[in-house]
Amino acid sequence: MGNNKIILYAAILAITVIAPFVFPAFGTQLATLWLMIIVALTWDMTGGQMGYNSLGNIFFYGTGMYVAAAVTIGMVYDVGEYTSAHGGGITSFTDQQYFTGMFVGILAAGVFCSVCAVVIGYLTFGLRGPYFAIGTLGVAIAAGELVSNWDWIGGGQGIALPVYPGDLDEGKVFFYFLFALTGVAVFLFCRWLYQTRFGAAINAIRDDEEKADAMGIHTLRYKLVTWSMAAFFVGIAGGISAFQLIHFEPLETAYQTINLGIFMVVCVLLGGKGTLWGPVIGASLFHVFKEVTWNYFLGWQWVALGALIVVTVVYFKDGVMGYLLHTKPEWFGVKIDQKASEETS
Amino acid sequence: MDQILGNIGLLFEFPIVNFKIVIDGIMIGALFALAAYGLALVWGVMNVKNLAQGDFVIAGGYVSWWLVQHGFPALLGVPAAFIVMWGIGWVVYKLVISRVIERDLFTSLLATFGLAIMMAQILNLLFGSDTQSVDLGYETLYFADGLIDIPIAKLIGVIMAAILAAGVIIFMKSSRMGQAIRATAQDARAARVLGIDTEKVYAFTFSLNAAICGAAGAIIVMVWVIQPFYGITHSIRAFVIVTAAGLGNLPGVIAAGLGIGALEQYGAHIFGIGYQQAIAVMLLLLVLLIRLIQQLRVRQVLK
Repeated sequence: MGNNKIILYAAILAITVIAPFVFPAFGTQLATLWLMIIVALTWDMTGGQMGYNSLGNIFFYGTGMYVAAAVTIGMVYDVGEYTSAHGGGITSFTDQQYFTGMFVGILAAGVFCSVCAVVIGYLTFGLRGPYFAIGTLGVAIAAGELVSNWDWIGGGQGIALPVYPGDLDEGKVFFYFLFALTGVAVFLFCRWLYQTRFGAAINAIRDDEEKADAMGIHTLRYKLVTWSMAAFFVGIAGGISAFQLIHFEPLETAYQTINLGIFMVVCVLLGGKGTLWGPVIGASLFHVFKEVTWNYFLGWQWVALGALIVVTVVYFKDGVMGYLLHTKPEWFGVKIDQKASEETS
Repeated sequence: MDQILGNIGLLFEFPIVNFKIVIDGIMIGALFALAAYGLALVWGVMNVKNLAQGDFVIAGGYVSWWLVQHGFPALLGVPAAFIVMWGIGWVVYKLVISRVIERDLFTSLLATFGLAIMMAQILNLLFGSDTQSVDLGYETLYFADGLIDIPIAKLIGVIMAAILAAGVIIFMKSSRMGQAIRATAQDARAARVLGIDTEKVYAFTFSLNAAICGAAGAIIVMVWVIQPFYGITHSIRAFVIVTAAGLGNLPGVIAAGLGIGALEQYGAHIFGIGYQQAIAVMLLLLVLLIRLIQQLRVRQVLK
């Protein structure tokens, strides 16, 4: 690792730590930015590095939310009674119950989601290309519809979690750091993973699955493991979101297929598919764009977002990283032999 | 659970109810089949999977609804929607689709998904988020002691769908452009070598698809309801039908469309109307799984 890189990483880390104190008014937005980075990075694990474009990763986000909520509540009360008394008042949690519940709930969300990924992946990984995308989208939509008809966990009304005990601003900073911690962990994990033999194997699957199979890579096993790792982190992010949002309902917040479910894909495409930094850059750009349109073009924000998706996909498909790689190859350590290129031209 | 069992019991107690559900399903399914045929056309000719299919349907419905609000006769809405959506389809083709044809399939899928979000939201801004329908004012026919009711409006809708389908089939079979489209679907490169302007064929095919969807939507607004965000469900239904029937298999598309319509009505009867969207999606997963299992058999032979 070069000196410049260490400085870069240190600067980003410093910004991460001081950001919520410098911009206290944007605490929630900053937390959402980290959420976007997490889901974009995890989407890129399968979409960019393995070539399996899932449109259903939002399933793990929603499931993570519900598992975290159900586990936390289930440790203290009966979940069915709690949800049927919705707004009726049995919501007292002691500090200790809240924090242990949160820890166990978020962890359970991650584990449950990776198990789900293995099961769903086993059924859907035979589908290739667009069929996989549509199939996973179907899983996410179906799950949302089923959960919104399931009264035990609140049905279409959703479910309400206890509020963060203590000061409201303190709570914002707390959730910001939970997201940031997860985000940094995901980033470092991906950085390590893509350098290993495992990373090379999933890249081989992306480039030519039949050939990879013939070379002795057990493709299904690799695909399942990759997706379940991605699902683990998305589930954790969902669990944290559940506590941050306090109240959530199935169709618009948990299984928000056309919001976050499609945003994560756009983030990755905007930043550059199949690169380590692409999802991070893309998520940051996209989040800024989204907040600006939401604030200044209210009513037209969805039109603007749809247009952004279309323009990104159609005219700018390599993303920022792809563009930089093309115009500034020396930044990525690609040496161009000036003499040779002059001779040929 | 008891309610579900009760609903199933009802089907056996009054077998005539089955008949009613099937008739309802077939009437709606005919319209699903129209949209699915458009999807199969685009998919087969230019290898683009159009996720905005359902939004074309809804947009066509709103064209018809808008005309009725302004005092035009409702039946005029179908040709009007056909023409307007033809124009919109052409614009969409020129701006977006023409640039994703050569790319991989996920690109077209995502581009049309973005398009779908945009269209749904524009419709929402223009017409509001209420469900709308057009009442033709015809009476309803009753059979079997009132257990079976067939609104004449629905009958007209089915007949119009059949006329439209027949027109498109005759056009594809006998006209010069239809032949060019079929030739391009078989082998675009060979068609180009033989002097067919494939770019024009693509533009024509996509516009035709949008127009068919628009006309289907104009019929749907007469026999059912539309709402700006119902588009995605229609898209999914079209995908279910095409995936189940396969490309270029017109009788299959019609049969699958009618079948999906009937299955959805059964599902809505047994599980309640709240599950209608979930049922459409579950059918998609089911069809994909069945296809997958069929392919697994082929792979085992290879081993």
